Amino acid sequence: MGRYIGGRIISMLITFLIIASLTFFLMKLLPGTPFNNQDKLTETQIVQLNDKYGLNDPVPVQYFNYMKNLLSGDLGVSFQQDGREVSTIIGERIGPSAYLGLQSLVVGTIIGLFLGIIAALKHNSFLDYGTMVIAVLGISIPNFVIAGLMQYWFGVKWQLLPVAYWDGFAYTIMPTVAIASIVVATIARFMRTEMLEVLGQDYITTAKAKGLSSTAVVIRHTIRNASIPIITIMGPLVVGLMTGTLVIEQIFVIPGLGEKFVNSILTNDFPIIMGTTLFFSILFIVVILLVDILYGIIDPRIRLAGGKS
Amino acid sequence: MEKILEVNNLHVSFDTFAGEVQAVRGVNFHLNKGETLAIVGESGSGKSVTSKAVMRLIPNPPGRIKEGEIKFGDRDLAQLSEKEMQKIRGSEISMIFQDPMTSLNPTMTIGKQIMEGLVKHQNMSKSEAKERAIELLKLVGIPNAEGRVNEFPHQFSGGMRQRVVIAIALACNPRVLIADEPTTALDVTIQAQILELLNDLQEKMGTSIIFITHDLGVVANIADRVAVMYAGKIVETGTVDEIFYNPQHPYTWGLLGSMPSLDSTDEELIAIPGSPPDLLDPPKGDAFAPRNPYAMKIDTEMEPPLFKISDTHYAATWLLHEKAPKVEPPAAIKKRMQGMAPSEPIIGAKDGGKNV
Repeated sequence: MGRYIGGRIISMLITFLIIASLTFFLMKLLPGTPFNNQDKLTETQIVQLNDKYGLNDPVPVQYFNYMKNLLSGDLGVSFQQDGREVSTIIGERIGPSAYLGLQSLVVGTIIGLFLGIIAALKHNSFLDYGTMVIAVLGISIPNFVIAGLMQYWFGVKWQLLPVAYWDGFAYTIMPTVAIASIVVATIARFMRTEMLEVLGQDYITTAKAKGLSSTAVVIRHTIRNASIPIITIMGPLVVGLMTGTLVIEQIFVIPGLGEKFVNSILTNDFPIIMGTTLFFSILFIVVILLVDILYGIIDPRIRLAGGKS
Repeated sequence: MEKILEVNNLHVSFDTFAGEVQAVRGVNFHLNKGETLAIVGESGSGKSVTSKAVMRLIPNPPGRIKEGEIKFGDRDLAQLSEKEMQKIRGSEISMIFQDPMTSLNPTMTIGKQIMEGLVKHQNMSKSEAKERAIELLKLVGIPNAEGRVNEFPHQFSGGMRQRVVIAIALACNPRVLIADEPTTALDVTIQAQILELLNDLQEKMGTSIIFITHDLGVVANIADRVAVMYAGKIVETGTVDEIFYNPQHPYTWGLLGSMPSLDSTDEELIAIPGSPPDLLDPPKGDAFAPRNPYAMKIDTEMEPPLFKISDTHYAATWLLHEKAPKVEPPAAIKKRMQGMAPSEPIIGAKDGGKNV
């Protein structure tokens, strides 16, 4: 197992370098420089600024410098905010995003699993159809539409929840629901299908033939086997969450990383674009590794070579 | 002879979109203490459904026990509540399934899977149950049981998994063991080992066994009595000797004729023409008539009753009626019947005639 994880970390590093390089060159294809949309600057000042930040160098030289700094842990400074460190900016923005993402993931997964299990156990009943309607709605309605509707009804009409901003738990409820809707929908649908599949397996009949109660059969034999494929979709789902957060943070005016990311692209703030992209990439790569490790824990058949337990 | 289980006039139907499929249509049989009853028949003859009905493991819906009683001691299993049935399943009646590759939970150690029944039915603590699980694994012939008890099903071969399945079924010393084609999914050498194991265990534990199979070769090895099923009914029943040396029903002749043997190479295998009837709309009269070369007019009009041949031997065919013409089984089958001498020892074979 240790060797396996070691190997995986090396390939993660390679993936990371490739992403960094691709992002760098793609970014260079963006029109304009960070300074040409600032009317108060004169031509000379722009040239000076470009010089200061090395933007007049040929692209390969810029790339080489950037990668050198990156590998020594230096993400550079923001062009828009008086040369503040990118890592500091990410650090102060990460809190609300991480909180929102995790809360949505946990709440969404729990509700999704619950709905999927109920739907499968009450197969072809009103509960089953009801759950699937929720699931289809959750997948087909974009979360910014849900967000807007909630802001109108809960925030403006009924005044139950704050419309926007970030100031305590009440402020997290609507954004969490908006982000979690897709998690609930996806997991409920998958879990229902997997539960039905597992309930038809021979080993479930074996378990019943032992005289176990139906609750014991479901809890001990069905849910664990049904959740194996769910772990596979957790990776893509977490990515969906991250991109979902970008929009939701804008709508609810949450001072998170997503909001910063969108603004940095609009203003050509290269180091911030690079920093946030790389941050999201690392997060994603780590999530994939965790999913793979979790897979081995929950399914003994794919416990990896050398990991004899 | 003490009857441990008695099934009377059992009807099992499945409600499908196309209509009611009458999978089992009035089955009667009994199981004596300590004996092995083989239920033989081709796919779709209702043998598995019958055994699942005894365990009350028919999924409902779509399946249901329409009629009949399943007497186990003084209880009628067909009438028990699900809760009462759970107390019987695994402790008094157990079941082994066909495919050992799929009948074990892949994410649970085999030890835990054996322990579940013990904890549930015998109120054992975890450590007691584990000890007993190791004992059971030794009993079914798994080497290094102490180590293997913590392994997962994928770490076992097919034959070893079937041994584990048997250990699970026998964990609580059940009085009746239902084996639903336990050797069908295994290769021939392993089949022989598993049959031998079942024979051994029966001797040690005194369990009565209902052995479901479509393989008459297996029947000869393991059974005391045989019930031949066709289209949801038992068409002939008797001791092993009676079924193999004096079969009366043309369907039994067909089964014997289509059984390959290693002894001779010149015989031809005789297939039964046609296919079983659609149980969505069972035929009037004898269900086997359309495939029966000896069918008479009455076969298409009236169902034959069970004719008594001896105290233990019954067959449902109009050929046994006193007015029916005398019909001899086909020559090839007769030759084959003679070929199976009673003294011929087959692996693990026991004295099939002891109940006569």
